[in-house]
Amino acid sequence: MSKSTLPATTKNRLPVTAEARQFVSITIGKQSFGIPVLLVHDVLGPQRITRIPLAPKEVAGSLNLRGRIVTAIQVRRRLGLDALPADAETMSVVVEHQGELYSLIVDGVGEVLTLNDHDFESHPPTMSTRVREVSNGIYRLKDALLVVLDVPSLLDFVRVEAA
Amino acid sequence: MDELLSEFLTETTESLSALDVELVRLEQNPNDQGLLSNIFRLVHTIKGTCGFLGLPRLEAVAHASENVLGKVRDGELEVTPTAITLVLESLDCIKSLLATLEATEAEPEGDDADLIARLNLLAEGNAVPDAAPEAEPDLDDALPLGSDVIGTRPGEVPLDELDRIFQETEVDSDDTAAPEAAPAPVAEPVQAQTPAQTPAPAPSKAVAVAAEAGVPAEDGPRESAVAAQTIRVNVDLLENLMTMVSELVLTRNQLLQIARREKDSEFTVPLQRLSQVTSELQEGVMKTRMQPIGNAWSKLPRIVRDLAQELSKKIDLVMLGADTELDRQVLELIKDPLTHMVRNSADHGIETPDARSAIGKAENGRITLNAYHEGGHILIEISDDGRGLDSAKIKTKAITNGLVSELEAEALTEQQIQQFIFRAGFSTAAVVTSVSGRGVGMDVVRTNIEKIGGTIELQSKLGRGSKFIIKIPLTLAIVSALIVEACGERFAIPQLSVIELVRASADSEHRIEEVQGTPVLRLRNRLMPLVSLERLLNLERREGDERSGKETFIVVAQVGTYTFGILVDRVFDTEEIVVKPVAPILRHIAMFSGNTILGDGSVIMILDPNGIAQATGEIAVTDAAGAEEAADHRAIGVSTVSLLLFRGGGDPTPKAVPLSLVARLEEIDLAAVEYSEGHPLVQYRGQLMPLIPMDENLKLKREGRQPVLVFTDNSRSMGLIVDEIVDIVEDRINVEVRPESAALMGSAVIAGKATEVIDAGYYLTKAFGDWFDHSSDESLAVNRGRRVLVVDDSAFFRNLLTPLLSVAGYEVTAVEGGEQALALCERGDSFDAIISDIEMPGMNGFQLAEAVRAGTRWADVPIVALSSHTTSDDLERGRLVGFTDYVAKLDREALLETLAQTVGA
Repeated sequence: MSKSTLPATTKNRLPVTAEARQFVSITIGKQSFGIPVLLVHDVLGPQRITRIPLAPKEVAGSLNLRGRIVTAIQVRRRLGLDALPADAETMSVVVEHQGELYSLIVDGVGEVLTLNDHDFESHPPTMSTRVREVSNGIYRLKDALLVVLDVPSLLDFVRVEAA
Repeated sequence: MDELLSEFLTETTESLSALDVELVRLEQNPNDQGLLSNIFRLVHTIKGTCGFLGLPRLEAVAHASENVLGKVRDGELEVTPTAITLVLESLDCIKSLLATLEATEAEPEGDDADLIARLNLLAEGNAVPDAAPEAEPDLDDALPLGSDVIGTRPGEVPLDELDRIFQETEVDSDDTAAPEAAPAPVAEPVQAQTPAQTPAPAPSKAVAVAAEAGVPAEDGPRESAVAAQTIRVNVDLLENLMTMVSELVLTRNQLLQIARREKDSEFTVPLQRLSQVTSELQEGVMKTRMQPIGNAWSKLPRIVRDLAQELSKKIDLVMLGADTELDRQVLELIKDPLTHMVRNSADHGIETPDARSAIGKAENGRITLNAYHEGGHILIEISDDGRGLDSAKIKTKAITNGLVSELEAEALTEQQIQQFIFRAGFSTAAVVTSVSGRGVGMDVVRTNIEKIGGTIELQSKLGRGSKFIIKIPLTLAIVSALIVEACGERFAIPQLSVIELVRASADSEHRIEEVQGTPVLRLRNRLMPLVSLERLLNLERREGDERSGKETFIVVAQVGTYTFGILVDRVFDTEEIVVKPVAPILRHIAMFSGNTILGDGSVIMILDPNGIAQATGEIAVTDAAGAEEAADHRAIGVSTVSLLLFRGGGDPTPKAVPLSLVARLEEIDLAAVEYSEGHPLVQYRGQLMPLIPMDENLKLKREGRQPVLVFTDNSRSMGLIVDEIVDIVEDRINVEVRPESAALMGSAVIAGKATEVIDAGYYLTKAFGDWFDHSSDESLAVNRGRRVLVVDDSAFFRNLLTPLLSVAGYEVTAVEGGEQALALCERGDSFDAIISDIEMPGMNGFQLAEAVRAGTRWADVPIVALSSHTTSDDLERGRLVGFTDYVAKLDREALLETLAQTVGA
């Protein structure tokens, strides 16, 4: 859970072949998740967020990133988990979706991992529905499981809420 | 690409676009000399330039066209649709030649002999044969044919000769004599050209361009003056400028904020100047990006004209507000949607002239485009007076396509049905034409418009026409906005909508008053509704930030003709902000029209007065509705009644039941129905609810869904299975035909149709034998005009009894308890009979009777007791307190008989 800048540029990158993909690992609670690296624009520390009245509850507010307005999403709420206490430190991963920037508020950001396709599996039956909704599957790491986040599904919660 | 060639392509393309519009206008105004000269000049210029650059094929076509136009200008040829079509065809040919030229930097092989021949025939004044089957005269035999025609005219040089000559002159340098000499034998056509035409070959490029400019100057000195004032600038360059100016503005704002804090510093004055200059710069750059919407419309007259010809219709295109300006990026994005909608109107909307006159419309259909600014948006209306949308057809198509089920479709309003045309693949066109009907249009249109943050609305009346209204925000615009604060959060309100600011506090002359719980402000002797931002946006007020006693500010805003005030805690100043559209997931919030970054880097939401106005409108409405409801409650038993119309029991005759009896309308899944002792039940809200079919012999299906009317009293519910719920109407129950079946109260004319009014009680007893203590016969007493007071704490029972008695001819008033009854007595109401329940909370029936008999105005009025207890003790007690009679609850036969007797007596 380092707060340093994205180490992607310093690592020697493996070419993305059919067998290996790269993910930015993040943690929420005790679970690790992975976001495809190509979707990630920025990793930010704590930000000043303006609350948006009447917004869906998953929307934490908006923030200013070098002149662009970014909508901040509280990922914990999106996954149906309890919020952290107000003074807890969080990190944000900025992703782009359909031309708009979104800042995903997570507990912490880890390293860029290069993972092999043959370690990819579909969800275990014990996984909660909420997580399954926003994920494509999991990777088996040495001593943990990494849930792959499907960013479009994650950001598609207006329809879910309306249902 | 050669710079000259590239410039030629740009200029000529522009001229061709202008020609499209002008020619269509010429068709409508054949005698407009100005138009004629302009058109001629444009074609002439094209021809000339083609000659300079050695583009023989292009020149030949342009030349032939110019021929025709020259004749028209000189009055020797009439402006007919055929002529215009042919000239337009030649322009299209030139366009396609240009396209090849752009791609390959050379003219395509072949010639256009057929087209030229027809143009020349036209110029001669002869009838023009239809175009040869092959559009491109690339076949070898086309040439000899052409040369025959041309060769027969006196003094004419065959086309290929001309061709060869022009090809040769291209190589020569500075030899103006040669081309002059060679075509000299060619008589009239060449001489028709203006004498100033000097084909200067490539080397003297600058001269050529200048001479070019000189030629038009001959025909109209003013043209070149205008041409000299415009300059072509690369679009990307402008984009960069715009971005940089925006950044400059934001930085300027930051500096101003800082300067404001340091009151007197030496920065203040220069900063003011800087601010001034920046504002002007911003305005100027904004203007470069703004283009009149007429530019997007320029192709439309030609398209409509061609369509009208193709479809044999007469269509007028009216364009209003063509000079309304909008950002060029936005313009690009709406060009195609607009074109698509106009084509739709022409193809599907406007009827043929015969069809139109048959229904009394003018033969010429009209498509109107109207663009205007309103409140920070551009509105573009596309309307036609054609046949409008056929909701029935749309509904059918939607059901066929599986977009909605039949039952769901029944519940939709006409507006909602019309929205289906925006679905992908949807088209009710019976025939797919080359123009439209493939159903790939409107959904793409809507997507494109929504992509730029706009909306599209539809209004249509069958037989009268349709109107589409596109609303596009002026994003990327920098607008002036007032910054306000409420509950510690800041918001921006566009300056355009703000009329004035009012300060209100306990001691100021403006005070906030309350009318029926709604805050209002008396401003210049008018009451203005107020809306609190805190309440509207559900803002949280921090502890210690109490506002009572402190001053509040009211921002007076106007939307259309509706003026209202917005309550805020503080008002800052006006700032220039760059409007950015909100993220898609927030777009549905009507209160905000965008968001922005302030000078200090914070993000704030921009309020939309329209959205706020709608919210205040709602508040006003609910208050009124509440009052109405209360009034309703008091007026039970008076004339019209809400009735639920439905069909049931496989019987096509409509049935009705008083709506007030029905607790809920449900739809049950027949698969969930369980059986107990052969009777169907369903689990409903934690209880077992018996289901009664209208027709006993009808076996329930085992699957599918069926509508059910739920009747509830206390904790028991019963579901009456019906076939179909038709409507809810307000009408009198005027039973005219006595019932034969026990299930009915009778037949009445309701909503214009003979309807069977069911007796809910009959079905209720089928469900629970002990719901009422009674069987179902009833008699209709005919005691018209007698007033009866019903006292019962059960709303269900009151609602049941009231129509029953009304049907019997009594005028019924119902109250829920003894106290209310006595209140009526005090009020001075009088009745011919009182029917009262015994078991009631508060004052029970016995007590009521005692009270009434104890010397009120009603002392002599017959009181009938209704109760489920009918022991002899009860009866005895009843008589003691003064009840005239005692009837078992809902032994209706007995009740009516008793009433008839007591009232009649």
